[in-house]
Amino acid sequence: MKVYIRSSACISPQKTFRDEDFLTDAIEYTGTRLTVIEPDYKEFVDPKMLRRMSRVIKMGVATAQECLNNANNVMPGAIITGTAYGCLEDTVTFLTRIIEQDEEMLPPTSFIQSTHNTVAAQIALMLQCHGYNNTFVHKGISFESALLDAMMLLNEREADNILVGGTDEMTDTSFTVLTRLGLYRRWPVSNLDLYSTRSKGSIGGEGAAFFVLTDKPSPDNLAELTAIRTIYKPTTLKDIEKRVVTLLAENALTIDDIDLVITGKSGDLRHDEIYEELDISLFKNSALANYKHLCGEYPTSSSFALWLASNILKNDSVPAITMERGDIKTPPKKILVYNHYQKIYHSLMLISAI
Amino acid sequence: MSSTAYIAGVGVISAIGNNVPEHLAAFEREEASMGEITMLDTIYHGKIPVAEVKLKNNELANMTGMPPDISRTTLLSLVAAQEALTDAGIPDLNKLRTGFVSANTVGGMDKSEDFFIDFIKDNSKGKLKNVYDHECGSVTEIVAEKLGLKDYMTTISTACSSSANAIFYGARLIKNDVLDVVVAGGTDALTKFTLNGFNTLMILDPEFCKPFDEHRQGLNLGEGAGYVVLVSDKVAKTLNKAPYCKLSGYNNSNDAYHQTASSPDGTGSYLAMKGALEKSGLRPSDIDYINLHGTGTPNNDSAEGTAITRVFDPKYPPVSSTKSFTGHTLGASGGVEAVFSVLAIKNGLIYPNLRFEIRMTELPFQPETKFRKGQNITHVMSNSFGFGGNCTSLIFSKI
Repeated sequence: MKVYIRSSACISPQKTFRDEDFLTDAIEYTGTRLTVIEPDYKEFVDPKMLRRMSRVIKMGVATAQECLNNANNVMPGAIITGTAYGCLEDTVTFLTRIIEQDEEMLPPTSFIQSTHNTVAAQIALMLQCHGYNNTFVHKGISFESALLDAMMLLNEREADNILVGGTDEMTDTSFTVLTRLGLYRRWPVSNLDLYSTRSKGSIGGEGAAFFVLTDKPSPDNLAELTAIRTIYKPTTLKDIEKRVVTLLAENALTIDDIDLVITGKSGDLRHDEIYEELDISLFKNSALANYKHLCGEYPTSSSFALWLASNILKNDSVPAITMERGDIKTPPKKILVYNHYQKIYHSLMLISAI
Repeated sequence: MSSTAYIAGVGVISAIGNNVPEHLAAFEREEASMGEITMLDTIYHGKIPVAEVKLKNNELANMTGMPPDISRTTLLSLVAAQEALTDAGIPDLNKLRTGFVSANTVGGMDKSEDFFIDFIKDNSKGKLKNVYDHECGSVTEIVAEKLGLKDYMTTISTACSSSANAIFYGARLIKNDVLDVVVAGGTDALTKFTLNGFNTLMILDPEFCKPFDEHRQGLNLGEGAGYVVLVSDKVAKTLNKAPYCKLSGYNNSNDAYHQTASSPDGTGSYLAMKGALEKSGLRPSDIDYINLHGTGTPNNDSAEGTAITRVFDPKYPPVSSTKSFTGHTLGASGGVEAVFSVLAIKNGLIYPNLRFEIRMTELPFQPETKFRKGQNITHVMSNSFGFGGNCTSLIFSKI
């Protein structure tokens, strides 16, 4: 059985939502935090409901709806989301009120909307979709877990047209706390200079990317999602290389068959050393691209990478702003995405032209 | 590809016991566990009853060999998951592909609450260690590391159906030949966050809860963890004792009605029960016992009861809500009650629904009120429904 990406949609700090241009005009930010460009949500959500929704719910629901629009408004057979942090804004609001108001006179809305499954639930409610509905919340592989679930459902013939998405929001609180934990740079940097300024720390990011997956071939599909694999705390570089080679071999491929490797370089020298070593070993002859300078670093950023890869294959072109090295055979046929989050959760996604 | 996922081990901790034998004894004594709040620093001391696990964090830490300053949610998880894995006693575990699929609803919130007290006064304050494991996934990761289940781990959070979804996701990882052994279930500790959250919704009973009673007033919050060990056909053959049962049916459906309330006709619950029966190839009359979601809120019990009527009328199996013993353990409840369902098959048990007095006027059936043993229990259905319309039913069957 093959798994196809039928449609996609993405809200990110770049012009990725309904934009005709494919990252031709990258937006430069100076600072240590990228914020998504929000569309006018009124088209997607009842304005009365909009007022009560936090950013992550709005961007999740709108991206999901747009993704379904791009698949001829199909009713999904299942809805599966991945989010590491869930609904942080509502969580922090409720927690702050508990402390400041000493547990008294608390309004319930922020508690109700703080549960991690709120985005998937709101999509189901909006569509009146009674099918399978799940939410994965496992740090740097939340989105990959959702993808694996979707691929298994297709394999089991339990559902078709599965809506899968990755969502995470950055709030002032999480940005402050994660900066204190050393995830982001201490000094402002241009996102477009992220890789040329060597430093500890990345830049914070956020976003929502959704996909409709199907096992039905169609010339309208964007790409084939050939394989995914996650690795927990690989011990050595050799271990990672072995896992990449194995995944490729399982699909009768070698690294020479890969037209483009998209890596999760984040501009944090402590994390990028793994990619840099691979660039001169297993990937030494590969064309390389990056994406985190466009969307920032966050646990479900691999959903942005999958959006990028599937649209590269659909458009037969690689946005210049993503290229790091090498020439692209035209049109590209096979893309490998390799990302790791904080060196702990590593993931591989193999995407093929249809 | 394994055609079936077998249950090879179980482990549970809740207010009525710290392990499986203590739970069985508490059920037989028909002894509930609710009481005054002792472990949370809250204004609701003496006002809202809860069902606390009777061990303090340092005692849980001693049992597990973990530091006492980590989240209570993690400590509870480790106690139950360790019991389940030991119970399964799988030979040559380290040569198999093993995984951990765990669920929770608020991660390390108990520690984040401590962090926030200082943080909101001054954003440069607050001990970072207390917020480091805020994420739901951290709870899973720490336990998986400790148990050495590292080929695959993930975390599910679908409110109160979370761990039922974790269990059947685990079974599917086996059926899809991703793993040979999966420890699956969930955990949640009582926190001020959830206590206040449910209190704002005005669905907490100021007395001990009375699920499926005409005069029920709401739920009691509980805490705990429950895990089952799922194994493939191949691994089942190598076990030193027979597996308890198999997971024969499962379904996840969405009510798509309201973010917190259930639809009056119980659409989501109906679809979940019906779907699980279809998956197992069983008829409603084959079910020997239903472990209800049965929170004790007017809305849940009415919707669930209506859905049961739609599926089972006119012949109703014995039903009960063990939340009348343990309170509602939220993200853990599907795991805790899966363990009870497995034990019902293994030991021929039907658990009583404590404090039940008057049948709900709209329902033609009522829950069991007495502990019964020596029953012939072949198929048990376990219901778990949650916010966001997430409804999941599991069916466990004797082999």
